[in-house]
Amino acid sequence: MSLNRRDFLGASAAAAVMMAAPRVNGQARPHVVVVGGGAGGATAARYIAKDSKGAIDVTLIEPTRTYYTCFFSNLYIGDFRTLDSLAHSYGTLASEYGINVVHDWATGVDRDAKEVALAGGGRVGYDALVLSPGIDFVEGSVPGWDITAQNKMPHSYKAGSQTELLKAQVLSMREGGVYCMVAPPNPYRCPPGPYERVSMVAHQFKQNNPTATILILDPKPKFSKQALFEEGWQKHYPGMIQRLGPDFGGGNVEVRPDSMEVVIDGSPEKVDVCNVIPAQKAGRICHEAGLTEGNWAPVVPATMQSRMDENVYILGDATSQGDMPKSGYSANSQAKAAAMAIRGALTDARTFPPRYSNTCWSLIAPEDGVKVGASYEPTEEKIAKTDGFISATGEDAAQRKATYEESLGWYSGITSDMFG
Amino acid sequence: MSVTTAAGEEIGDPEAGREAFKECAACHEIGAGAENGIGPHLNLIFGRQAGSLEDYVYSPSLKRMGANGLVWDLRTLDAYIENPQSLVSGTRMSYPGMGDPDRRADLLAYLRKFSADPANIPEAAPTALPTKPDLDPEILAIEGDPAYGAYLSSECTTCHRRDGSDEGIPSITHWPEEDFVAAMHAYKQKLRPHPVMQMIAGRLSDEEIAALAAYFANPEQ
Ligand SMILES: Cc1cc2nc3c(=O)[nH]c(=O)nc-3n(C[C@H](O)[C@H](O)[C@H](O)COP(=O)(O)OP(=O)(O)OC[C@H]3O[C@@H](n4cnc5c(N)ncnc54)[C@H](O)[C@@H]3O)c2cc1C
Repeated sequence: MSLNRRDFLGASAAAAVMMAAPRVNGQARPHVVVVGGGAGGATAARYIAKDSKGAIDVTLIEPTRTYYTCFFSNLYIGDFRTLDSLAHSYGTLASEYGINVVHDWATGVDRDAKEVALAGGGRVGYDALVLSPGIDFVEGSVPGWDITAQNKMPHSYKAGSQTELLKAQVLSMREGGVYCMVAPPNPYRCPPGPYERVSMVAHQFKQNNPTATILILDPKPKFSKQALFEEGWQKHYPGMIQRLGPDFGGGNVEVRPDSMEVVIDGSPEKVDVCNVIPAQKAGRICHEAGLTEGNWAPVVPATMQSRMDENVYILGDATSQGDMPKSGYSANSQAKAAAMAIRGALTDARTFPPRYSNTCWSLIAPEDGVKVGASYEPTEEKIAKTDGFISATGEDAAQRKATYEESLGWYSGITSDMFG
Repeated sequence: MSVTTAAGEEIGDPEAGREAFKECAACHEIGAGAENGIGPHLNLIFGRQAGSLEDYVYSPSLKRMGANGLVWDLRTLDAYIENPQSLVSGTRMSYPGMGDPDRRADLLAYLRKFSADPANIPEAAPTALPTKPDLDPEILAIEGDPAYGAYLSSECTTCHRRDGSDEGIPSITHWPEEDFVAAMHAYKQKLRPHPVMQMIAGRLSDEEIAALAAYFANPEQ
């Protein structure tokens, strides 16, 4: 069976009797390498190992020993979660699923030799490669900001120490000070994320620093769940939050980390905390591997295979796939489709049409949760949205509380779906 | 080899729609820099409440329909373009209507390109039509197959815990199969209210619901 079977979706029920058997020609077990142990990569590694029942060897390459989820990191800023509760280890993936977890950086991919190079010097061969490295930032997208400024002006868009830093800055801000957020342009990781963060920062201020204000500088005319957020801000934090969209200079912003200034349409303003979320692009390894077009890595909608190399599958935030937002839920959903496609390509396992879906919950204030979600189907051109829903404005408190509680359940569901 | 795909259907052909738009272009602009003319500009029309652009003077009828809750989406735009008066009596859009449904579909596909992208604004309107699960007979023959249920269950376990714990989200393991099937059909028919479940159940075929029920009745096997 060749590895580049694109029509695996058709794997008929007749072929299906041959469940996850080793490759028919009796060679060594096929080997899948997964780069990145986040929402996409951990899920893919786990599902391939679990469902192939030992017929496929899986190696997961991830530099950090502890993965801090970005999802719910805003809730930590609002004191609704501890940092510890966002931390996950790879122990179960190694011990229960037999995944070879290598704590190292992938630095390059030799696609002809089918090998991944590691920062530590090793090389790992693969039959199929999964890349789920998340995002990196576009250099120069916010003039004055680069990675050396992230201690003064944190992005907190990769979770862990950056999130701790931003929270510490919020808590120690002077009374009546200004928290400024430079919001990112589309497309970026977690469309409602910056606005949920503003809600959580506002909640902190309401408790501890009620005369503080929040200034959002936004290059986008519209944002996700806008009506719901604006209604919530009006209700819970009246007068505290101001947003300047592109019509008012929100798209023409420069920062000066040394003097803690933001320059809006040419006029400088002093701020006390400045959360800069720059424009984003696929994680560096996708660019190194030559699998990007512009900022993102294009994929085949039904399988998540790279459009440029059918032996490579790319997941999550790094991809350009169509209508799915860059979310943990999306990455997890895409990982399952890819895991199935990979098993089909390498072992003759049964395969079925992919089922893509997404839901994003956001917390606006204590027990005031909202959600938006959709289902998707692949077309030739892209993963296309076919149906969806969103919380209504004016919902009663009981419903918002239930939505928040549901989000807690989702967190525990998706993290055990990723890490076992 | 038979090919079964759950491929969403394109709304129409946007290139053909560009041609069809010529009928509208005397009154409406669309695209970068589009402004209101005789009619309002059509950027970001999908998801927009009818009559809601601040700098355009609408007919009282259209304003009223907007206030009554008319939002432009695939269905309402299609009806309006087919025969404006049937949807909004008294509209100033003096257009006799476009009878050919395929031509309307192409036009809608073209208009859709100028509205928000769900990748950035998840609540934005769909960009494709769902295909009914069109299972070939071979897959239908595997009805109740727990292996198929196990695969389908991976969509459930993003939220529901496979180990049966319930925190905020109910447990779905070890249900009697009949109860499971009844509940899923109630969501599918929108009798039970939860929107996530309505959406998930809405695209499951009867066979798929049966397979899931069989799997979740005893997920440890
Ligand atoms: C503030 C905030 C709130 C959010 N809230 C939500 C939410 O409520 N719901 C939701 O669904 N999503 C949410 N998200 C989005 C979600 O976190 C991402 O969409 C998701 O993590 C993407 O998964 P991924 O696998 O693409 O990348 P990641 O989860 O970021 O994983 C990438 C992994 O790859 C590793 N890596 C990178 N490069 C290499 C390399 N060269 N070699 C080896 N390893 C590498 C990284 O260390 C990392 O662990 C939120 C994001 C933010 C920032």
